[in-house]
Amino acid sequence: MTRRDPQFVIATPPFAKRAVDTPAIMRHVIYALVPVMIAAVYFFGVSALLLIAVCTGTCMLLEWLLTGRGNLGNSPVRDGSAAVTGILLALTLPPGLPLWMAALGSAVAIVFGKLLFGGLGQNVFNPSLTGRAFLQACFPVALTTWSPQGGLGAFLEMRGDTLALPLLRPVFDGISAATPLARMKFESEPTDLGALLFGTIPGSLGETSAILILLGGAYLGWRRFLNWRIPVGIFATVYLFASALNMIDPGRFTDGLHHLLSGGLVLGAVFMATDPVSSPVTPRGMWLFACGIGVLVILIREFGGLPEGVMYAILLMNAATPLIDRITQPGIYGAVDHRAGRGD
Amino acid sequence: MTQARTFRHGIHPAEHKALTAGRLIERIAFPDEVILPLAQHIGAPSRPLAKPGDKVYRGQIIAAEGGFVSVPLHASVTGTVSAIAKHHHPNGSLADAFVIEVEQNSPQTLYDEHATDWEEMPPSALIEHIQRGGFVGLGGAAFPTHVKLAIPEGKHARWLLINGCECEPYLTSDHRIMLEWADSIFLGVRVLARILGAEKSFIAVETNKWDAIKTLVSRIPADLACELVPLETKYPQGAEKMLIKAVLDQEVPSGKLPIDVHVVVQNVGTVAGIGDFFAFGQPLIERVVTVTGPAIRRPTTLLVPIGTRLSNILEHCGGLTEDAREILFGGPMMGTPQQFLDVPILKGTSGIVCLTEEQVKSRQEYPCIRCAACLDACPIFLNPSALGSLARTARYDEMMDYNIMDCMECGSCSYVCPSNIPLVQRFRVAKGVLREKQARGKAA
Repeated sequence: MTRRDPQFVIATPPFAKRAVDTPAIMRHVIYALVPVMIAAVYFFGVSALLLIAVCTGTCMLLEWLLTGRGNLGNSPVRDGSAAVTGILLALTLPPGLPLWMAALGSAVAIVFGKLLFGGLGQNVFNPSLTGRAFLQACFPVALTTWSPQGGLGAFLEMRGDTLALPLLRPVFDGISAATPLARMKFESEPTDLGALLFGTIPGSLGETSAILILLGGAYLGWRRFLNWRIPVGIFATVYLFASALNMIDPGRFTDGLHHLLSGGLVLGAVFMATDPVSSPVTPRGMWLFACGIGVLVILIREFGGLPEGVMYAILLMNAATPLIDRITQPGIYGAVDHRAGRGD
Repeated sequence: MTQARTFRHGIHPAEHKALTAGRLIERIAFPDEVILPLAQHIGAPSRPLAKPGDKVYRGQIIAAEGGFVSVPLHASVTGTVSAIAKHHHPNGSLADAFVIEVEQNSPQTLYDEHATDWEEMPPSALIEHIQRGGFVGLGGAAFPTHVKLAIPEGKHARWLLINGCECEPYLTSDHRIMLEWADSIFLGVRVLARILGAEKSFIAVETNKWDAIKTLVSRIPADLACELVPLETKYPQGAEKMLIKAVLDQEVPSGKLPIDVHVVVQNVGTVAGIGDFFAFGQPLIERVVTVTGPAIRRPTTLLVPIGTRLSNILEHCGGLTEDAREILFGGPMMGTPQQFLDVPILKGTSGIVCLTEEQVKSRQEYPCIRCAACLDACPIFLNPSALGSLARTARYDEMMDYNIMDCMECGSCSYVCPSNIPLVQRFRVAKGVLREKQARGKAA
């Protein structure tokens, strides 16, 4: 009896493999966010830069400390998902937010939003939005104080109270501005659509420039790193629902295009709702998920007490994701029961 | 030219077919010894007729069929049976096999060379004859051909579908057969169409083999109701279910067979072999094998006597390179890794793919991020993401609700998974456990 030839590996097929792995996907998400980050720094100066650095750093550091036991070589932090969480959280924050609040929100995002569920792939809610929801509940004033924009000339000028010390009441002096949605809701004053598209408006770091976010999303969709069904579904639902309301009573309801381009909708639809972990995997489930978000966004914006509802809409639909997946299993090839559609 | 047809989902792995696609089929010299396992096909193993010490002739039956779902085994060389003994089988087991010492200086003529007057024979006699020829599916599955041709009571075949897709990367044996043996293919098609009473035959070929498509189109006999169907180059286009969807836009119901939608599918190499069998009486004693991959020094397409040792073939092809780490029987998507160099070529061995260390090194597994790439790849529209997480925690019963038994293990999900999760491996384990459970349930 010959012994097994040690030269040969015992493994199972397939031996062909697509080159893209999970860390590569995370890297590409970060690449797609680079233009958005640059725009944020251009509009809001060093405050924006510090916010992004603090959020990303806190998320990565905590994940490394709590999982890798000091061994960087095989720490999950290397897969890049913690960095994505940090960047996305920073992009949802107002530019003048004190850094200690940002660090606290990042800690909640990574620990309560992700690690306590079991790490990458296990969390129910989008971690960045979990962190932001926490901040919104704790510091409602700081989270809704929007600084006006400056250009490169104002780079070194701190917005708001970036360097405030922890637990001391930050000072928000008179230089705050209303976001387009707040102006619409509370003053019934629309903003120019061109300004919305290019981002020359007050708002959080990443919600200002719709066009850069869409470009990043288009790149990821083209490379198949995010699923196009979700943003397309959200945009379609928001536009149709808002336009229908606007047709019924133009004096009371904002038009569809204004809704599409303002607030965190584009950022949320392209980068938050498409978080694969907390969104459905089935094609029909993605449509359902997207429609749910679209409807909730308009309900909150038009009928709720808040000017903005993207965060809560996405978090609510995150909670519904396991159920959606269960009821939208695709009908298989040769299914005897043809009622189950395929939805794509 | 109209748009090439296809099925939905699937993947586009790198083809690597240029290594061998342009080389003529080359006959290998007869080895000193051949190994012929009794179990080379799906179904009951053959029953030995010849005994150690017997002289046997090339093409002579040396083992009878072991039942209806079984075929006889022929000596692939003229020589002397030296033993019937346990031998390494390419499936990883030790199995009973004839060992035949090849006669030196023999002309190796065929035992019973004759043409068969098939046009006068009734279908049932033709089916029996094909069984006697030892024919099984040469695409890899090795299912006895005559069983597919014997249509059960109450069913009928309208279409004969010849599979020339060869969708596995690297493999080019069917490609070469279509280029070089078109007449054998068309004779085989005639015989099979007559057996089935089929209205029409289709030969389906992926568009990465335009030369084969052109050759076949130019050679279709005028009186044969046969159409060439170009199909998009996509894996797993050659899987029976995908092929039927692409060519006829029909879905085989879950748990049923192609005949339930009036189709019989045969591999193009099998059909060419059957053509030769009726033309001059050569049973299934040799086959075309692609020997390829970056880890073999001289990739080529060989005509090999069944039972030739892997080591003989590697030697003929200049040997392995230094960094060779994996030898597969079959393609890289669904092939079987080999551990021993003395295993024989079987009737169902479509290719020998030699891979390097770089191609088989293990990759770090990450958690599933539910990216849904596997759902978009699965040609059966399963949910490999959900199935994978159920399998990880051995919740096999729940996998039944997600139709795990419809998985055909094509490997598309594993191929696309960015987290390098060995999905197919887990599904195979799960299916094995579930099948065992079902068998126990039936027995109780």
